Amino acid sequence: MTDDKLARMANQIAAFFVTQPGVAAEGVASHINDNWSPPMRAALLAHIAAGGAGLAPAVIEAASRLRPPPHSAAQT
Amino acid sequence: MKDFILPGRDMGTPARSGAPVSLTIDGFAITVPSGTSVMRAAAEAGIRIPKLCATDSLEPIGACRLCAVEIEGQRGTPASCTTPVAPGMVVHTQTDTLARLRRGVMELTISDHPLDCLTCAANGDCELQDMAGAVGLRAVRFGPGANHFAQRAAEAPNPEWRPKDASNPYFTYDPAKCIVCMRCVRACEEVQGTFALTIDGRGFASRVVAGQDVPFMASDCVSCGACVQACPTATLQENSVIEIGTPERSIITTCAYCGVGCSFEAQMRGDTLVRMVPSKEGKANRGHSCVKGRFAWGYAQHQDRILRPMVREAITDAWREVSWDEAIGFAAARLKAIRAESGPDALGVITSSRCTNEETFLVQKLARAVFGTNNTDTCARVCHSPTGYGLKQTFGTSAGTQDFDSVEQVDCAVVIGANPTDGHPVFASRLRRRLRQGASLIVIDPRRIDLLETPHMGEGLHLPLRPGTNVAVLTALAHVIVTEGLYDTAFIRARCDWDEFADYMEFAARPEHSPEAVEVLSGVPAAAIRAAARAYAAAPNGAIYYGLGVTEHSQGSTTVMAIANLAMMTGNIGRPGVGVNPLRGQNNVQGSCDMGSFPHELPGYRHVSDPAARGIFESAWGVTLSPEPGLRIPNMLDAAVGGQFRAIYIQGEDILQSDPDTRHVAAGLAAMDCVIVHDLFLNETAAFAHVFLPGSTFLEKDGTFTNAERRINRVRRVMAPKNGFADWQVTQLLANAMGAGWAYTHPAQVMDEIAATTPGFAGVNYAMLEERGSVQWPCNDAAPDGSPIMHVDGFVRGRGRFIRTEYIATEERSGPRFPLLLTTGRVLSQYNVGAQTRRTENVAWHAEDVLEIHPHDAEVRGVKHGDFVRLTSRAGETSLRAEVTERVAPGVVYTTFHHPGTQANVVTTDNSDWATNCPEYKVTAVQVSASNGPSEWQTDYATLVAASRRIAPAAE
Ligand code: SF4
Ligand code: SF4
Ligand code: SF4
Ligand code: FES
Repeated sequence: MTDDKLARMANQIAAFFVTQPGVAAEGVASHINDNWSPPMRAALLAHIAAGGAGLAPAVIEAASRLRPPPHSAAQT
Repeated sequence: MKDFILPGRDMGTPARSGAPVSLTIDGFAITVPSGTSVMRAAAEAGIRIPKLCATDSLEPIGACRLCAVEIEGQRGTPASCTTPVAPGMVVHTQTDTLARLRRGVMELTISDHPLDCLTCAANGDCELQDMAGAVGLRAVRFGPGANHFAQRAAEAPNPEWRPKDASNPYFTYDPAKCIVCMRCVRACEEVQGTFALTIDGRGFASRVVAGQDVPFMASDCVSCGACVQACPTATLQENSVIEIGTPERSIITTCAYCGVGCSFEAQMRGDTLVRMVPSKEGKANRGHSCVKGRFAWGYAQHQDRILRPMVREAITDAWREVSWDEAIGFAAARLKAIRAESGPDALGVITSSRCTNEETFLVQKLARAVFGTNNTDTCARVCHSPTGYGLKQTFGTSAGTQDFDSVEQVDCAVVIGANPTDGHPVFASRLRRRLRQGASLIVIDPRRIDLLETPHMGEGLHLPLRPGTNVAVLTALAHVIVTEGLYDTAFIRARCDWDEFADYMEFAARPEHSPEAVEVLSGVPAAAIRAAARAYAAAPNGAIYYGLGVTEHSQGSTTVMAIANLAMMTGNIGRPGVGVNPLRGQNNVQGSCDMGSFPHELPGYRHVSDPAARGIFESAWGVTLSPEPGLRIPNMLDAAVGGQFRAIYIQGEDILQSDPDTRHVAAGLAAMDCVIVHDLFLNETAAFAHVFLPGSTFLEKDGTFTNAERRINRVRRVMAPKNGFADWQVTQLLANAMGAGWAYTHPAQVMDEIAATTPGFAGVNYAMLEERGSVQWPCNDAAPDGSPIMHVDGFVRGRGRFIRTEYIATEERSGPRFPLLLTTGRVLSQYNVGAQTRRTENVAWHAEDVLEIHPHDAEVRGVKHGDFVRLTSRAGETSLRAEVTERVAPGVVYTTFHHPGTQANVVTTDNSDWATNCPEYKVTAVQVSASNGPSEWQTDYATLVAASRRIAPAAE
């Protein structure tokens, strides 16, 4: 999956949670943890590690709260 | 095969529900609800009074006088169908006077009837014959005279005679046989609500006419068949009965088209289906149906059906017909090889909302327990996934809150992003009946839908919003309700979290959410938004019905939450006549979601990361399940292009035609190493398949469908599968070839497994469905009889939750290159991708997809009605004919997606709902220009499809 597609999806999620009361990054992280497969999470984390170009601040902030994908998935 | 025959006795007039009244009929004491007719009371006592114009699906009119009775203390012989019972009444139904009177009535009727009973299509199924027998008619004393049935009279053409009207492909109107009982006229008005028929002329000259005395097909008739069903003679007759003869037995089953889930009697002669008659016992449809369910089942016998399995090495090869063993072996070997190379997550499945609950359950079980992955998704992804998410967040469960009967108590109906007269016709008929009784209607939709043209309805208010601004408009409704103090404090305090409401109140009250501010965005006059909010909040019972115009947006989930907020703040939850009602597109959308089709949810909406839920299935199935969410359809396609996702088993879906951004879908499918399509026809997706497994129709298998009101209805096998296996058997063959060791011999066993593992279904089994006909989940120890209405005493999640609904404009915006907004929908006669309906006579109504465009937009582009136009978006382009109409607003164009040649989804984009990735079908920025023929994509595609459909001659 391409990084800009993932970035767009993550930014859309962030756009919702920044309008909600509470910490947006928490909402973003739990939504992604619940719905994204491990390879998708791995790709997003890698993208953030590489600087996170084009990502909303709430997505970058959510990185530490994302469940790390099981080891094998991180390879794909 | 077990026949399931219900007593289809006609009680003469509709049931009533008043206080009990006791009377005596022919010496028998009987007690019935007040308001009941004498005719119905007699029928309850087992006495059948002769009748012609009365039938229990229609209000009586007392026209034929055949049902006369004598009542002690009353003069004359009143019509029993129009005479209500009274306490202590003493009725005689058979006296010498009555017998003479009835014979006289029959004699008069018969004197204007062709006595060709032996060759008549209704022979043996004619109420006129029955009544002639019942009243003891032995002779007709009137000589030949003026009549309607003889083509020639006294050596000259008979001016009263009219030829048959065979314009409708499914039924024929033969005026020669009409007895002018007006049942058809009343059925069209009362049951269907179309008002297509009238009685023209008076006395002897009176006759039934469609529209302004035109052929049926030229009138407003929508071919629902209610008049045909109501007609006591052969005047209005199904063509299938004319061709085959009368049926000899019937089996109750469920329509496989839309989410209304109508119950039908499949009336059979041998293993030939003669006709489908909507069942009066059906709780969703109460004896009514639409053209699709009643008539459009011919696809089951269509020559295009593929009955033998096929395989090919590469998608560029021709198909090779093979045995079931070879096809299953071929598929299993490929799947195993790919799993060994790339791991279980390179495999996946797509379940179908057209298949049964049992079949869907097995397909997701195949993915989770046999493949070892949570990569399972369903076409509900592309329609109602936001409903699942939004309602789960606010109410705690992903389902509509009401049953369809609830519509009978609605005072204000709000219809958002739905077009029920086309998409959910039987529901629309039931709603129209309520609107005629005075309920008010609010429509929030870019198009002026037909519901707004309901004859004889109460108030109707249309909020024609710009596509993509649902959240803004619904939040503006909330703004009016909170700022004008129209909310239901007692309900909110008792049932919801007050602090969350206080937060939402503050949010909604902000000036940017006022109707005046939203008018600028949405194009809806502020006054209309205010009027709608006040009407909904003030109604004793306000109900919201919504469709894909809500969900198929980048903010689909937010819109569902906004709807839930409105219902909670006005206290419109938890009793008949109110609620939040998603109108599901396909027959089993609800069921396919319930059955764990989604990649993050096990059956019963339990998250895969929940160890307790996984534990239940792990011990039932003896496997370890993955705790990680799998891929959704669009993610599968993305991963396929990236090389990580390599094999898919698709049951009963045509994702190439139904999913957005066709080029992207095609690229994803083309990148896979093993595509297994399990379907009735070589559908569009099959162009990219390596294995084709023939599917079975709903007439050929047992199972259950769950309709939009959570009602679990039985589907019953009425004939043997032409392809050899029911779909659940095919899935089992594939699973076993992969080593699963399943041993189901009947879908009832699958239901037992569902009940044992899924709390909401704990009380469901086939024996119980046999006894009760249907049940609405949850059905378990807490609700042994099922749950017609949800959230009665409390929300499933405990307290109802208000969630802020900020409007975020879609990225899909009109601009200089693409100045118009395209929105999509469907028509009554066709069904989704049309694979079934296009293979029936329904093409008489909708032979091609057209583009609706406002006269103003058409004029500036030099486009005239019927012109071929080019429709372009940033994703692609296609060509189709223009229909110039004011039904769409300036700046908006509209089309349907029933025909593969049009490929409307070539132009839709990959934008999707933020929470669920449900595609944004309802908004695409486009340009329209004059064109002289098919686009390049259409031509290329036609060539590709033709090539991919080649079937090599079978090698012996
Ligand atoms: S088929 Fe339906 S719509 Fe047509 S005339 Fe009969 S009742 Fe009316
Ligand atoms: S067409 Fe049939 S239902 Fe209609 S008036 Fe004639 S006999 Fe009665
Ligand atoms: S398509 Fe829908 S409304 Fe029509 S008969 Fe089937 S279930 Fe009923
Ligand atoms: S049946 Fe009562 S008047 Fe016709």
